[in-house]
Amino acid sequence: MTEGRPEEIAAQAETLSRDYRLSVVRDWKKETGGIAIGYMPIYVPRELLHAQGALPVGLMGGGEDLEIIRGDAYYQSYICHIPRSTIELGLNGSLDCLDGVLFPAICDVIRNLSGIWKMQFPEKLVRYLDVPQDFDPEIGGSFYHRELLELSAQIVEHGGKLLRPEALAASITAYNENRRVIAEVYELRRQQPWKAPTHEVYSVMRAGLVLPVEKHTPLVRAYLEAARGCAERKPLDQARVVVTGSFCEQPPIGLIKTLERAGCYIVDDDYIQVHRFIKGDIKTDGDPLENLVRAFLDQAIASPTRYAEHGHKGEALVDQVKKSAAEGVLFCAASFCDPALLDQPMAVKAVDKAGIPWTAFKYSENGGQFQVIREQAGTFADSIKLWSEV
Amino acid sequence: MATASVLADVEKDRSQIRQKEMIAQHFDRLSEAPETGEKVAYTFVPGNLTELLLSFDILPVLPEINALQAGMRGKSKDYIALAEKLGHSEDVCTYVKSDIGMLKSGNIGPTGKRLPNPDLLLLSYTGCFTFLKWFELLREEYQAPVVMLHVPYQGDGKITDSMRQYVVEQIKKKLIPTLEKITGKAYDEDRLKEILTRSAKAEDNLVWVLQSAKRTPSPIDAYFGGVYYIGPIFTAFRGTQDAVLYYEELRAEIEERIKAGAGPVTPEGEMTEEKYRIVVEGPPNWTSFRQFWKMFVDEGAVVVASTYTKVGGVYDLGFRHDPTHPLETLADYCLGCYTNLNLPSRVDMISRYVKEYSADGFLINSVKSCNSFSAGQLHMLREVEGRVGKPGGFIESDLVDPRYFSAANIKNRLESYFQMLEQKKASGAAS
Ligand code: SF4
Ligand code: SF4
Repeated sequence: MTEGRPEEIAAQAETLSRDYRLSVVRDWKKETGGIAIGYMPIYVPRELLHAQGALPVGLMGGGEDLEIIRGDAYYQSYICHIPRSTIELGLNGSLDCLDGVLFPAICDVIRNLSGIWKMQFPEKLVRYLDVPQDFDPEIGGSFYHRELLELSAQIVEHGGKLLRPEALAASITAYNENRRVIAEVYELRRQQPWKAPTHEVYSVMRAGLVLPVEKHTPLVRAYLEAARGCAERKPLDQARVVVTGSFCEQPPIGLIKTLERAGCYIVDDDYIQVHRFIKGDIKTDGDPLENLVRAFLDQAIASPTRYAEHGHKGEALVDQVKKSAAEGVLFCAASFCDPALLDQPMAVKAVDKAGIPWTAFKYSENGGQFQVIREQAGTFADSIKLWSEV
Repeated sequence: MATASVLADVEKDRSQIRQKEMIAQHFDRLSEAPETGEKVAYTFVPGNLTELLLSFDILPVLPEINALQAGMRGKSKDYIALAEKLGHSEDVCTYVKSDIGMLKSGNIGPTGKRLPNPDLLLLSYTGCFTFLKWFELLREEYQAPVVMLHVPYQGDGKITDSMRQYVVEQIKKKLIPTLEKITGKAYDEDRLKEILTRSAKAEDNLVWVLQSAKRTPSPIDAYFGGVYYIGPIFTAFRGTQDAVLYYEELRAEIEERIKAGAGPVTPEGEMTEEKYRIVVEGPPNWTSFRQFWKMFVDEGAVVVASTYTKVGGVYDLGFRHDPTHPLETLADYCLGCYTNLNLPSRVDMISRYVKEYSADGFLINSVKSCNSFSAGQLHMLREVEGRVGKPGGFIESDLVDPRYFSAANIKNRLESYFQMLEQKKASGAAS
């Protein structure tokens, strides 16, 4: 599957990521006898799971394909869509190959979903992963260290291997390699977005949620080479934009395509952030568990879900815009998404102050009508192009 | 929690007069703080460290209380509209928007006086994600330092040593040094212990009051009336002598009511007939608080236990501030607040209330604002029903956004719910 034209590789990746019954995970379990542990957005230390023989499986809702039959009976209309599709997948058996699910501390909806999961699936590993909001290594760091040791023990209880430092160091190396090649793809997209359009990049990254890292890295590399070498992909007169606010519930891929067709080159985004949550390599020398902890404290990206101890909110977004030579920002949040929507006024203020044009809209993972968004994004892209010409 | 106006209509007991005076004095001190130089910390109700602040003579301001007061005084509608005009999403918690709107309208507090700017934003991050964003937003408006106090969530339904240690270390190494810097005073553990001793006294009496509702008829309403009773202990007064006296007086008044066989006092007068005993989960609506309460009173429904009255501390399940371990007890307090409990623990608690308070059923008021409370409540409804075999009802409203309080709709739902209880009771009696 790792050869061919970039669109073919991306299409194969999309097929994988749309398989909500997780056949690839089931096959992996059969082949290896390992366990599989799901995780919700945004970030979990996949290296730890990997080192204990568990396949980390990223869960990002049911998208537009899934018919919600029982999930709506769990959530009021004013709550985002991802928890209802996730519970639907849990109840319809799609996730029964998972030996557990981790719920990282990013908002109260995912937090409370961990409680529902506990009640619905009492035999599985269900852990709310409380990541620190204090970033002092002695305080938040040592708390997180203890948290990871507890998690590690639970993985063992559910069929995983004991945590060995050498195995963890090797896992960190594997994910470092994965992060590096992923960074190259994003760099290519920043430089030549016509070569690596976002709907393709998205699918390739999304496949990394279900594939073992050893298979995902070559897939990304194959895509990178195919996209780079694709001479017939030529630049168009499109507006360069950064998309922000889509870190948890994902937009339908049709929405991403709509933005592109409306005249936007998405040169940076916050889709499927787990791959990029840690900036750069995680250290490989010294105590590997402590390295994981320090990476979370010191190398994590700015996120609406993470307390900004220093500086101003929105600064990171302005930087992102500058680094990617973007001309505008699309605030694109899931409806009712607390972290994204509470953060937005602060980010808007920073973006305004920097004189960067922006527009905002909301979506739902299963929303199929993009006409309004298409017009809004189209007008926005046109206005940017107009200004850049004067 | 009580506004002066509603309070005057509802209760005229000594305790209520005292509470009214305490609130008035507190807001006077706050409005005079810029002149008197008293230091002010903004912080949240769940996980509030009032004793520690008081030990440094710092005056607490609780933005949620200001927001709910704005709701009761009919101001929140305009505040929210202003915040939305300024770019705050219609989808997010209306407490935050009410607070931002109030700030942008001159920061006039519940007693009509201006609130001082904070000297400290104490972000007690307990049981609600929105808190984090709320103070990030306020930080943009003020020059005050922020201290983040991250209180881990009871994901597995228990407080571990690791969690306690994390909270204590933050208090010791981050918060106390900042308080010392702001006030120029040294941390005085003996003083803190004295204050904590007073807290525990008041807590004993609060628990007695709340548990008086186990009697039939109940002498109190533990939800609508309960929000008055938790006022001092959830806000700026826990650990003060005033709070100790308030709860002593309140207890004595309720003892009197029990002797007299009296029911709860409501805005419509004393309830003479207790037809239904209900447990309620979720916060009340504040913009139509009295109308909402009246819907219960009209049906003869008394709320005998509620989870909302535990957001600022779950005392009835045994926790007391313990002066012998001052920082650990503060950590345990924060970790134990209701919205910091996981869903299975919340289901346990409601089920226990239904049984222990001999309730006929339970109702969930699901508020649009609050994912911390609301996400998962439909599942809780089914779980509790299954466990206790009593009917659950579900209504939807909001805290302080009047657009989401549909009186006709709620009344209809409540009426059908109480009808169902009636039928159940009748069939129970017949069998
Ligand atoms: S979409 Fe937003 S509110 Fe919903 S679960 Fe994700 S982070 Fe939480
Ligand atoms: S989300 Fe809920 S707990 Fe948080 S501030 Fe709003 S009402 Fe309070």
